[in-house]
Amino acid sequence: MSYLQLLRLAAPDAVLVVTALLVLTLGLTNKGSRRLSSALAAIGILCAGGAVLTLPVASDSFHGMLVVSRLNSLFELVCLLLAFFGVLLAHSEMPSSNYPEYLAILLLATLGLLLLVSSEELLMIFIGLELSGLSLYVLTAFASRNVFGVEAGLKYFLFGSTASAFTLFGLSLIYGFCGSTALAGIASALAMRSLPVLLYAGILMTLVGFAFKVAAAPFHLWAPDTYQAAPVSSAAYIASASKVASFVVLGKILLLAFASKAGSAAWHGFVAGWVPLIALLAALSILIGNLVALAQRNVRRLLAYSAVAHGGYTLLGLVAGGRAGFSATLFYTTSYAVTLLGAFAVVGLVRRENGGDDFAHFAGLRARHPFAAGCMIVFLLSLAGLPPLPGFFGKFYLFSVTLHSGANHGLLWLVVIALLGSLISLYYYLLILKAIFFGQPSLSTPHAEPQVFRSVTLAILAAAVLFLGLWPTLLVDSILQALP
Amino acid sequence: MIAWTIYLSLIAALLVLLAPAKSARWVALLATAAGFVIALVAFCAPPSDFARMTTIINLPWVAPLGISYHLATDGLSLTMAVVTGLTACCAVLFSWQLKERPSEFFFWLLLVVAGSYGVFLSADLFLFFVFYEFVIFPKYFLILLWGSTNKEYGAMKLTLYSFLGGILVFLGIIAAYTSAGTLDLQKLSHYSFTSSLQIWAFPVLFLGFAILAGIWPLHTWAPTGHVAAPTAGSMLLAGIVMKLGAYGALRVAMNLFPLGFHFWSKWITLLAVIGIVYAAAAALRQSDLKFVIGYSSVSHMGFVLLGLAAANTLGVSGAVLQMFSHGIIGALLFALAGVIYLRTHTRNLDDLSRLGLSRTMPFLTVMFVLASAASLGIPGFSGFAAEIIILIGTWHSYPVAVWITGIGMVLVAAFTLRALRMSFFSDASLASHEFAPVTQHDPMTLPERLGSILLVLATAAVGLYPQFLLDRIMPAIETMRFLKL
Repeated sequence: MSYLQLLRLAAPDAVLVVTALLVLTLGLTNKGSRRLSSALAAIGILCAGGAVLTLPVASDSFHGMLVVSRLNSLFELVCLLLAFFGVLLAHSEMPSSNYPEYLAILLLATLGLLLLVSSEELLMIFIGLELSGLSLYVLTAFASRNVFGVEAGLKYFLFGSTASAFTLFGLSLIYGFCGSTALAGIASALAMRSLPVLLYAGILMTLVGFAFKVAAAPFHLWAPDTYQAAPVSSAAYIASASKVASFVVLGKILLLAFASKAGSAAWHGFVAGWVPLIALLAALSILIGNLVALAQRNVRRLLAYSAVAHGGYTLLGLVAGGRAGFSATLFYTTSYAVTLLGAFAVVGLVRRENGGDDFAHFAGLRARHPFAAGCMIVFLLSLAGLPPLPGFFGKFYLFSVTLHSGANHGLLWLVVIALLGSLISLYYYLLILKAIFFGQPSLSTPHAEPQVFRSVTLAILAAAVLFLGLWPTLLVDSILQALP
Repeated sequence: MIAWTIYLSLIAALLVLLAPAKSARWVALLATAAGFVIALVAFCAPPSDFARMTTIINLPWVAPLGISYHLATDGLSLTMAVVTGLTACCAVLFSWQLKERPSEFFFWLLLVVAGSYGVFLSADLFLFFVFYEFVIFPKYFLILLWGSTNKEYGAMKLTLYSFLGGILVFLGIIAAYTSAGTLDLQKLSHYSFTSSLQIWAFPVLFLGFAILAGIWPLHTWAPTGHVAAPTAGSMLLAGIVMKLGAYGALRVAMNLFPLGFHFWSKWITLLAVIGIVYAAAAALRQSDLKFVIGYSSVSHMGFVLLGLAAANTLGVSGAVLQMFSHGIIGALLFALAGVIYLRTHTRNLDDLSRLGLSRTMPFLTVMFVLASAASLGIPGFSGFAAEIIILIGTWHSYPVAVWITGIGMVLVAAFTLRALRMSFFSDASLASHEFAPVTQHDPMTLPERLGSILLVLATAAVGLYPQFLLDRIMPAIETMRFLKL
């Protein structure tokens, strides 16, 4: 393979690197060019998206290190789109100091996610995990004046690096048993042997790293602090793009490489394997996330715990397995990411005007910004899973696939837990809406800013959420076509 | 054409947000009146078309999952569409004087109406459930923002109970979907589910629906929610929303899982009978006029469940007739209670008994007497026709239940007359009239008079000639397979 061919296959990644360097240089030369750097980053992301579209339909280089397939391209596009909105949010939320550096790191994180999505080889996946992870730690602690932000960044870093160590150890065990780091090679090696304890430990440890990435309980402890104290755009990015990419690659590892060692979590048909582990993670996440969210009075912290619960719902699709299960997971995580970006956009708006994001700061938002309040209804009710919003369709898809997959309705217990979780979640989402529509602003009169740029961003996100809910076919079809 | 009831309500909901606040009520009135007329015209077609579901529109929606946008009608759904139109129209008339944020109010109100039409017309289980859940959150805002007594609590309780019902229904629906592999209601109603599935899925599905229909002991959201809601909100709740539950129980739960239904029907009868008697007894002890009406709603909806559980054509048709009848009577009673509250700023029966309303507001008094007569089942009104048919139907299946229900009916008469006497004809007010100066209240406005006359005429018309409805309801019921077991 010539370098030119390689460059062609890695064009999206290359575009992102160049853009990141350009933005960084721009920051060094010209301090005040906030708009210019945002525009450059946004254009770079769009160009990378364009480059994804020009990729060949299928190709596999270096034993799975750089795989082009319809699925990978689709989710590279999704990650880039989410990163694009991340830049838009950053443009309206971040202070001007060191702004280009922030954008450059955001672009590098996106590069990590692209690597993660486009590789089907353990080492490359680990590099992607680390590149995105390290960038995200910095993004979390970026506002260095904010002590809580730095604390959150440090927590995120400590938890993250420990989880990475586990994952790396797990990967080494798997490599030791299978003699290959490519997912396809592992799959064929695993299919031929029984499951020794040490290999099981390897699978378990690998899962730890991903459970950390998607904030599944009990590996979610970094999430509340990060969501609450990181800059709004960083939190939104971590909760959306990073999560989508992690679910894509987790699904590929489990369903491609470990397919033969799935096992079963059915009520009377328990079989050892990774499915019971994922089912346990899902049930714990749903219960812990929803119950703890009940006690929160800070909207961002609440969204963090609810994100844990949503991570649990999303895992159901992997428990169900197969093409239908994976596509349900992918649909849910994508629509969730878009919805959460919207919710964070509203949080950012409130924070900028009122200087906080407790319930009290949201009180009376309806009177100040009826449009933002209306959008928040769409986002929160979608998270709660009410039709005709994508959260509802996603849950219908996930739960029906899960119930279908267990023979003789064996996974009914998991579906029941998930439904109970939904019931609990509606209560706390309504509490936020109650504050927005019914609460009396107790704080001193906040200043309302002109909001054209923000309103346009919000309108686009709300329209996207409504569209995904009313016309889910588009995304479902493209995911199903991309899955072999 | 009938599908336009949904679209018109949705379009009007968007219009009221964009139009100036003053014209919001006209937009709402036009949309709901048009919906009523469309439903009525469709309903007046010759009854021979009503036995089977007639497809109106069927488009693929999410093809990979077999979800389609499928609307269809039969006698059952059209009956419910008519009562939806009538109640919605009158709810707008009784909100004519609303001052506070009318655009938003009518927006949420029209969403409830659109969702309800959608539930009654859908022939795809997914679509059905989308509309069914779609009705939940507008109610929350209606009560929270325009409600009265204890509204935060009432709104939250009502929403969570509805959603609890919703997730039970959801579970039942995906169980049916994953077993049969289709969401088309007609295909599902011919699919033979295994009996073990029916025995666990039927109670889940039925209970989910019955929560919204106010089944004892999960009825407590209804009185609290009714009292907290604004007048139009209570009218929609009593007139339409509780019917959604009963309709779903019949159309989905009983129609899909006939074996499960026969297995559980005696328990449903038991709960229904307890509900009738308990709610009537509870209504007897209330001091708030709206609580009396709220409990009476639960009691009357108990008759619907009783009729359904009878599992014969007569009982089930009576239940549908009762859904129609209570939709009108319940809405009328809540509307009149709202009229009183708007004038006197109290709903406490003791306070009302000192006001002598029968002298100051004669028109209101006449209307309230008629509504009470309809509610306690005087022949000539729809309530009598429906309840007698239900009892005859139940007599064939569970004679004992009829005896106990008799006690309930006495209690219904007792609390209705008590509320009527205390709020309009109390001795205190009549005696003191000679001495004490009488507070003058504004007379009922034209829209209020119009709305109450419409509702009274409807209940009288159905009471005098129930055959017109039964001709259309019975053929649709007779095709359902749980009757044939």
